[in-house]
Amino acid sequence: MFITKRAAAGRPLTRRWLIATAGLALGAGFVGQPAQAQETIKVGILHSLSGTMAISETTLKDVMLMLIEEQNKKGGILGKKLEAVVVDPASNWPLFAEKARELITKDKVSVVFGCWTSVSRKSVLPVFKELNSILFYPVQYEGEESERNVFYTGAAPNQQAIPAVDYLMSKDGGSAKRWVLAGTDYVYPRTTNKILEAYLKQKGVAQSDIMINYTPFGHSDWQTIVSDIKKFGSAGKKTAVVSTINGDANVPFYKELGNQGVKATDIPVVAFSVGEEELAGLDTKPLVGHLAAWNYFQSIKSPVNANFIKTWQTFTKNPKRVTNDPMEAHVIGFAMWLKAVEKVKSTDPNKVIDALPGIEAPNLTGGTSKMLPNHHITKPVFIGEVRADGQFDTVWKTPGLVPGDAWSNYLDGSKDLEADWVTLKCGNYNKVTKKCGGA
Amino acid sequence: MRAFCERLLALVFALSVVCVAANAARADAYEDALAHFLADSFDDTIEGINAVAQSGHPLAEKVIVALQDGRLLFSEEQKRVFFKDEADRLFDAASGSPATGSPPADLSQVRLNNRLRRIIEATLGGLTLLAPDPAKRLEAAQAVFKSKDANALPALDQAIAKETNARVKRALSEARAAVILYLDDAAETDKIDAVGVMRDRGDNEALAVLRGLPDTAPPAVKQLAADAIASIERTLSAWETVQNAWYGISLGSVLLLAAIGLAITFGVMGVINMAHGEMVMLGAYTTFVVQEVIRTRYPGLFDYSLFIATPLAFLIAGMVGVLIERGIIQFLYGRPLETLLATWGLSLILQQAVRTGFGPTNKDVGNPSWMSGSFDLGHITITYNRLWIVVFTLLVFVLLLALLRYTRLGLEMRAVTQNRSMAASMGIRTGWIDAMTFGLGSGIAGIAGVALSQIDNVSPNLGQGYIIDSFMVVVFVGVGNLWGTLVGALTLGVANKFLEPFAGAVLAKIAILVLIILFIQKRPRGLFALKGRAVEA
Repeated sequence: MFITKRAAAGRPLTRRWLIATAGLALGAGFVGQPAQAQETIKVGILHSLSGTMAISETTLKDVMLMLIEEQNKKGGILGKKLEAVVVDPASNWPLFAEKARELITKDKVSVVFGCWTSVSRKSVLPVFKELNSILFYPVQYEGEESERNVFYTGAAPNQQAIPAVDYLMSKDGGSAKRWVLAGTDYVYPRTTNKILEAYLKQKGVAQSDIMINYTPFGHSDWQTIVSDIKKFGSAGKKTAVVSTINGDANVPFYKELGNQGVKATDIPVVAFSVGEEELAGLDTKPLVGHLAAWNYFQSIKSPVNANFIKTWQTFTKNPKRVTNDPMEAHVIGFAMWLKAVEKVKSTDPNKVIDALPGIEAPNLTGGTSKMLPNHHITKPVFIGEVRADGQFDTVWKTPGLVPGDAWSNYLDGSKDLEADWVTLKCGNYNKVTKKCGGA
Repeated sequence: MRAFCERLLALVFALSVVCVAANAARADAYEDALAHFLADSFDDTIEGINAVAQSGHPLAEKVIVALQDGRLLFSEEQKRVFFKDEADRLFDAASGSPATGSPPADLSQVRLNNRLRRIIEATLGGLTLLAPDPAKRLEAAQAVFKSKDANALPALDQAIAKETNARVKRALSEARAAVILYLDDAAETDKIDAVGVMRDRGDNEALAVLRGLPDTAPPAVKQLAADAIASIERTLSAWETVQNAWYGISLGSVLLLAAIGLAITFGVMGVINMAHGEMVMLGAYTTFVVQEVIRTRYPGLFDYSLFIATPLAFLIAGMVGVLIERGIIQFLYGRPLETLLATWGLSLILQQAVRTGFGPTNKDVGNPSWMSGSFDLGHITITYNRLWIVVFTLLVFVLLLALLRYTRLGLEMRAVTQNRSMAASMGIRTGWIDAMTFGLGSGIAGIAGVALSQIDNVSPNLGQGYIIDSFMVVVFVGVGNLWGTLVGALTLGVANKFLEPFAGAVLAKIAILVLIILFIQKRPRGLFALKGRAVEA
């Protein structure tokens, strides 16, 4: 495995040693052909390793390093080895753009895997457009976007939020009639809740049966909100909570729910940002039965998943290390990129971008995901209930794969738009005015 | 006579045949019911639960409890259902005897979802209304209250007639009232009584029952229910004020705990310590390490983990504080901007060090059993963890006051604060006192970390969430006054919690900040201005 000097910075000493020795060993193998040692294909990894987002993004950096290592064991691609270039944008949004520029112009990477928050993605967009490179974005997001240079391997709202609400409305989900939409105050929850509100109203839910609540980042005092939810739930109708509360604030939220005795059988909470990693910091016994909607759960039984978990735990040398949904998105995205590169026998961004739509790659839950012309992928949707051991038990899944929808069908202004980079060559084609360029 | 005896014999025989047949039928019904659990489908499992409950078999309750706890297992290959007891021993569900031989390879759990959990709760409620344990009867009554299952009515009546425990009796009659209100063919007078019972209960759940009344209810009942709803709402909104006050005190005590260390370092010494939050974080990680050691070595001590962690957190954070003061801050006295930048850099270094050492993900710090759950006081819910944090904060506050007031160290600290050169000429080692004061402030921050680990994430970012709030409190009350810190923290907490229901959490926070800015314009030295080195500087 190749790694640049900078890449080693900011990681634990032990890993740095390993990488150094691995690099030496591999380097030694190429002593005879120094020219070929230069001949690598570089893959940029743009995930925060420090600051607030490090909690989520460090794992994604590790999974990319593992995938690249695995691919190199198989001989790399196009006869060349892959080389990871890791940078640390430090949870600082403008720094994301700077580091992206550095990766593309200075390190000359062929593709970048990175970003977590929507604001970091928005911050790097102009850079990828200007320098014409490729970004794989692995996190569930609010949609309303489709760019030529970006491939969205996480869930769009119709692949996570809408099926979750459908489930809660169903008999098995408890036939919920009253809804609390609780979220952290930023773009993803606000847009998702706007879509959900429109969707619920379309399903005949009255305005008075919807309560929307926003909290600041890192909110830790949930007493008032949890008792508000209890109060809202006392209207004699089955109530459910849809939570778009961002990662860090979830632990105190669930602790308060557990302590105030809000049980999943009374008021179930379905979360879109709580996965195995977040639950690892919690005593989950009082939370049994609360729900999460994802496209992947570690507990899903399939041979590919079992193999992936084993490789991951060996790679991280931690037999208890959990896997989660955005990791799977990177696995799919990386496999798709490799296939596209192999197909066009080149890493030239223009060729790869054109080749990617239509490419299929196996996901970890036993199906095959496909890259769509709108640069989103098809994914299965699972609803899982929290188990006492911090894992999820799948209680419902969509019958087949759901194609990701870039522009929501439930929002005015967005329902007329269509993204198609194959025939229309446009990310926001307006079907009414028949013009490219939005509403 | 003989004829009579023969007839009697025949009767006895016939009866016993009927009995045996009934028993056999019951066992058959039970075994048939168990078969539903083999299908691994939620709908079949529901049929299984109902059939098992109706079979009246002695094992029925055991099987359903096992299902509820996830201890009911099945083997598709052998077409058999098993359950495990609490000690993880395997039993055959059909016979109730221990399973012999090695367990089947394809043993898997009968899965549940929320709909099933609700059904199980309701079924168990019906089955355990007459249980000998009053706690179980109470639970059963509450389950029936939620399920409003009409089938439970005969059992409820029987249970109410037999009940001696007043609390359970009340829960039972409330459950009965809930069932009656949702029963179409119940008498109107019964329903009117039932509304009265709900009105007396007067909480959110009673409201839910009254509001969800079926449309078929008689108009008189509906009218009474509407009155009852209005009356309950009035009482509850009065209680809401009490609840907001309590939440405010609880938030205020968290603010106080985080700010009190800063009140010493910033307030007394005039040092802007941006790494204060990281001292809190160190305290929280100390708790994590203590709990890890306890979990692996002495699991019995878990409930005492916080008592062990508190002094350790004080020592560790205090020592780091002394090191910071001796290593960095002592060279920067009188240069606030440099101190600010240096300590901010230090906070980043500490965060990243912890991130590298412990990993970036949240650490699981458990609540000891005495800090989990809640109790109801009137119509408000008080959670134990918040309650104990309020108590703990006041304890820390009193101890700190006593330390400053009654010990030699406290005396010297106050002397140095009020007049450094005079104190120095009286033979006080001012440098040493500076280090100790800083260590004390940091140590208290460490203790705060132990408490905060109970309600918040334990991650490298823990401290950042509290640094702004701490400064807010200290600036609001003015420097160098511990009592002021208490009053200020509680004021801010209560103000925040009274604003939150109207304005929402985001706006409430902004409003508080704006109020503080306006207040500082009016009184630049804060609520309680005091003379001290910070004032002289």
